[in-house]
Amino acid sequence: MKIVDDAPSALTALDRPNSYIGRSVPRPNLARLTQGRGQYVSDVTLPRMAHVAFVRSPHAHARIVSITADAAKKSPGVVAVVTGAELAKVMTPWVGVLTHLKGLKSAPQAPIAVEFACWQGEAVCAVVARTRAEAEDACELVEVSYQELPAVTDAETALDPQTPVIHAALGDNLCFERKLDVGAVDKAFAESDAVVETTFVTGRHTGVTNEPRAIVADWNPGEQRLTVYQGTQAPHMMQDLFAKHLGLASDQVRILTKDVGGSFGIKVHTYADEMATVALSKLLKRPVKFVADRIESFVTDIHARDHRVKAKIGVMKDGTITAFEIDDLTGIGPYSVYPRTSGIEANQVVNLTGGPYNCPNYRAQARVVFQNKNVMCQYRAVGHPIAVAVTEGLVELAAAKIGMDPLEIRRRNMIADDAYPAQSASGLKFEKLSHHEAMAHLDSMMDYAGLRADQKKLRDTGVYRGIGFASFIEVTNPSAAFYGVGGARITSQDGATVKLDAQGAITIHSGVTEQGQGAEAVLAQCVASSFGVSMDKVRVVTGDTDNVPYGGGTWASRAAGIGGEAAWQAGKALRGNVLAVAGAMLQAKPEDLDIRNSVVVDKVSGTERLTLAELARVAYFRPDTLPPGFQAELMATRHYVPRAWPFAFTNGIQASYLEVDTDTGFVKLIDHWCIEDCGTIINPQLVNEQIRGGVVQGIGAALFEQCLYDERGQMLNGNMADYLVPMAVEMPDIQCGHVVSPTADSELGAKGAGEAGTAGAPACIMNAINDALRPLGAQPLTDMPFTPGKILRALGRV
Amino acid sequence: MKPAPFAYKKARSLDEAIALLGEHKDARLLAGGQSLIATLNMRLSAPTLLIDINGIGGLDRIEEKNGAIEIGALVRHAQAERSDMIAKRVPLIARAMPHIGHAAIRNRGTLGGSIAFADPAAELPACLMALDGEVEASGPRGKRTIKSQDFFTGLFETALGPQEMLTAIRIPLATADTRVGFAELARRHGDYAIVGLAASARSDGKGLKDLRLSFFGAGDTPSRARKAEIVLESGDVDGAVAQLDLDPHDDVQATAAVKKHLAGVLLRRVAKQLMEPRA
Amino acid sequence: MSGLALDVTMTVNGETVVERVEPRQTLVDFLRDNLGLTGSHVGCEHGVCGACTVRVDGEIVRGCLMLAVQCEDAKVETIEGLSDSGEVADLQLAFAERNALQCGFCTPGMITAAQELLAKGGVPSRDEIREHISGNYCRCTGYHAIVDAVEAVAQEREKARGGAGK
Repeated sequence: MKIVDDAPSALTALDRPNSYIGRSVPRPNLARLTQGRGQYVSDVTLPRMAHVAFVRSPHAHARIVSITADAAKKSPGVVAVVTGAELAKVMTPWVGVLTHLKGLKSAPQAPIAVEFACWQGEAVCAVVARTRAEAEDACELVEVSYQELPAVTDAETALDPQTPVIHAALGDNLCFERKLDVGAVDKAFAESDAVVETTFVTGRHTGVTNEPRAIVADWNPGEQRLTVYQGTQAPHMMQDLFAKHLGLASDQVRILTKDVGGSFGIKVHTYADEMATVALSKLLKRPVKFVADRIESFVTDIHARDHRVKAKIGVMKDGTITAFEIDDLTGIGPYSVYPRTSGIEANQVVNLTGGPYNCPNYRAQARVVFQNKNVMCQYRAVGHPIAVAVTEGLVELAAAKIGMDPLEIRRRNMIADDAYPAQSASGLKFEKLSHHEAMAHLDSMMDYAGLRADQKKLRDTGVYRGIGFASFIEVTNPSAAFYGVGGARITSQDGATVKLDAQGAITIHSGVTEQGQGAEAVLAQCVASSFGVSMDKVRVVTGDTDNVPYGGGTWASRAAGIGGEAAWQAGKALRGNVLAVAGAMLQAKPEDLDIRNSVVVDKVSGTERLTLAELARVAYFRPDTLPPGFQAELMATRHYVPRAWPFAFTNGIQASYLEVDTDTGFVKLIDHWCIEDCGTIINPQLVNEQIRGGVVQGIGAALFEQCLYDERGQMLNGNMADYLVPMAVEMPDIQCGHVVSPTADSELGAKGAGEAGTAGAPACIMNAINDALRPLGAQPLTDMPFTPGKILRALGRV
Repeated sequence: MKPAPFAYKKARSLDEAIALLGEHKDARLLAGGQSLIATLNMRLSAPTLLIDINGIGGLDRIEEKNGAIEIGALVRHAQAERSDMIAKRVPLIARAMPHIGHAAIRNRGTLGGSIAFADPAAELPACLMALDGEVEASGPRGKRTIKSQDFFTGLFETALGPQEMLTAIRIPLATADTRVGFAELARRHGDYAIVGLAASARSDGKGLKDLRLSFFGAGDTPSRARKAEIVLESGDVDGAVAQLDLDPHDDVQATAAVKKHLAGVLLRRVAKQLMEPRA
Repeated sequence: MSGLALDVTMTVNGETVVERVEPRQTLVDFLRDNLGLTGSHVGCEHGVCGACTVRVDGEIVRGCLMLAVQCEDAKVETIEGLSDSGEVADLQLAFAERNALQCGFCTPGMITAAQELLAKGGVPSRDEIREHISGNYCRCTGYHAIVDAVEAVAQEREKARGGAGK
């Protein structure tokens, strides 16, 4: 493990005494959660707080002709009934576009629909009442007259001239289009020994966070300040947006985020009903609470990954991959979601396809089209699951076609571990990846040869097991290249303030946020290590825009790599400050001292000289005893942003071992492995648990989850009985292993790990199913989720 | 999703419950509530009165009476799961129990409620039909018995009158020659089945007699596959599968064709169970 | 409060509680809104996710599928009560040590459900543990660490009872 010091200092080695880096320290914030004493936004109550429920369009596309609210307004407990037109006086609409996605267009979206309802479930009227139940009662009394309009529900025909255009001002239903043509693709295919061409479909699915979206907005007219309790991943971003659309200064807005019941990207976006709740609080001058119930969650939480990708791979007899080509069509909702846009997912599919491999010939086309369905946007791992399914699916189909082992074809094509820095055909810059070492590690961890032998033995008895792989790259630690360059006010830097209190304990204030992945623990480990205290002397404050440095929050797996680095540096800086005080008190040179386990010690001998508690007492209460002119500074703030690389790419490889019941089409998952390289590992247990949770979300996409729509744009399975999320019995144990390739762009060298599991799991499940069924001559399955019906049809049993 | 407002009355006796049903045409009976309250929460149903029957005494017994097992309407699934009498005398229901929902659901849900709710994808209505069981209904004119083949009349519809309450189910005792078979296919443990089969028969060790194949998830009500029964009784498993007389619908989980195929697979598996000598 | 409201008396975590409630109010909403016991969570309101799992008269139930008015004279226990009495202390510790919780939203229901399984005694297999918690949705952990935690506690308790453990 190599650490590059870009700023020579005696205080920077990661292997300090009292270091928590690389240790599986239990998270300090778990006691309140296991006691049921967490503070989720859905738990928040404020004096005079009212509840909002929304009347939602039953039609996928309709003109709102009239809204009659007289009966609703008289309903018991009702405070107000507010239409989109009325709310428009309080809040301006928004448009989800960014300039770096050239040509991306979208129509303005209002917090409550004004003239048109554009998806089944879009809010058309708000009812505010003393209780949620009373608000729902009154919603039933609101009379909305609709003129139903034809709905655009087929992405394949969305751009046909005879298909109605959803937003006339845009001219067509095209949100965004991208083309890429690198190398000599046609020549490469023509010269290939074998070409595999197929179509991958990843079914539209959604996050289903256990705690639904929740927000409490509190406009205080006396203070002219808006306080918003929101389960958001990006508090400062929301502070900026609420201020912008309400005509406030951002320092008039405070966002508070404590415990969040699951997020996975679902809660990093701007939702019309949440914006409406905030506007309603300003309008009504009292706190207003909105908690999406599960039924409305299914039709309003962002959906994701609705892609049809025609794909092609060329390969030589010796296994060399010659070219990749994709044509990606994705049908989003009627609006590009704000402010990150709904073009990013397809853009990532274009960027990431072919990623692990040395293949200079690549052509891609992606089109993002509007539909009258729920909106779609970034969800854990963003475009990776699609790009990895396409890439790894093609690679294993190619291997099968030429009769080569699937690990062998990867061995012959993956970028060599010593060939970095490198660049993909799509222009992605890689600092250092470890595809080969990871694959070797996987091979031995799963006993690949042993499993192949088992598979063969069982096949002879009519039992069909499959082994599938997926190697992948994963975007983490994004710089401004992701959003900032496109004009979004989304920060890629982050900050941490650390202070020594009057008792000698440490508080960290950080701009990243916690949704359960362990950001608080990671921050505490970083500071405890770089400063020199034990973990129990560290408290972490996040999720309060009044009280933390301006930060980006948690998304794209940035909390450990970026938030952690800022915290690490702040801890170092505070140590320098504290040792200056210690030197003054002890008449010693600060550079001869260190802090270990809350004690100032002689660096070389380790002799204890002064406790932090004593130092703090003197600095705070007896500065008269310090040398003349000396000013003690017991706080330090540092910021960090990645500068050398647009993204810190990580890599990994997963494998699935499963059995297909060829009579029923049911799949039994026997085992699963993931080898991940996320650079310096701050907390191995937390990394493994992120991988496991991510893998299971990916399994959900491969086998169970799909948002089903009929041709009229009605969602057919928007409840927990019909939309199938993975539950405990069907999931396998998941073994994790690691390779460590630190990034030199930070002192910690940590990259992100939160999304890798989800990126690779769907692909390796698919490959394992096809591996199982190949001897039966089944048509390869490429249309997720792989339901029993689809498997039976592929086998010709139905 | 909060329910629409309703009034609530806890019935102290069967007579009181029946009287309340008579007075309030828009009332629903509350037993386990595991299906009812979910539908109320989603406002799929908006009765003006809930009649809580959980306090009515004497409806939670499992007893042997006149060659049958009588299971009171308020016997909870969990209670039936723990019952030695059911394990010994109604083994088919014992086999079905672990598939019904999850532990928390089984602690509250009742067998009577499940039968009366008549979800076509539920296990117990099919078991009742497979066992040639009957329902005891109580109403203003007293008690009557409804045979299982007459009880399930349509999608979530039963032969219970608007003022009647299911008070017990009765199932003939298993004997030494009773054979049972049970299998279901659900995407996740505890889900409603995509398709399932509850079967019972008598066997003298050579062939099957009085075979009753009761499929669930394959129609609006539990479905007896009578043609397949005759063919299977003759010992021809392949023929029974080929002539399986079922007419399922498409739904969000599976197409009719897939359900029909899976029903055939279950038939083979259950046929094997039925041929096993009784333990 | 409408004319439909009724008085209900029950004990919650050992404390007698008398409240006036609407019949339509579910037990979990009553616990959260009337009593401020927000440890039991609302995830779906149709009995599938298990986040609302509480104990009524000693058995785990879905708090979203019971009405507060049904709990007249009942003994209700929530995660706060199970926690403060120490009944689930070993489960809480095991969950924390194995990171068997991330966001924590499913955790009260998961611990309450697991406690019912473990109270039966013996050491359930991993498959049996998975089957028992099959009605508790977790989106964060993927269930592996939860099974580890419950298994570890089962073995510890078996040892403490003087059994051989596995």
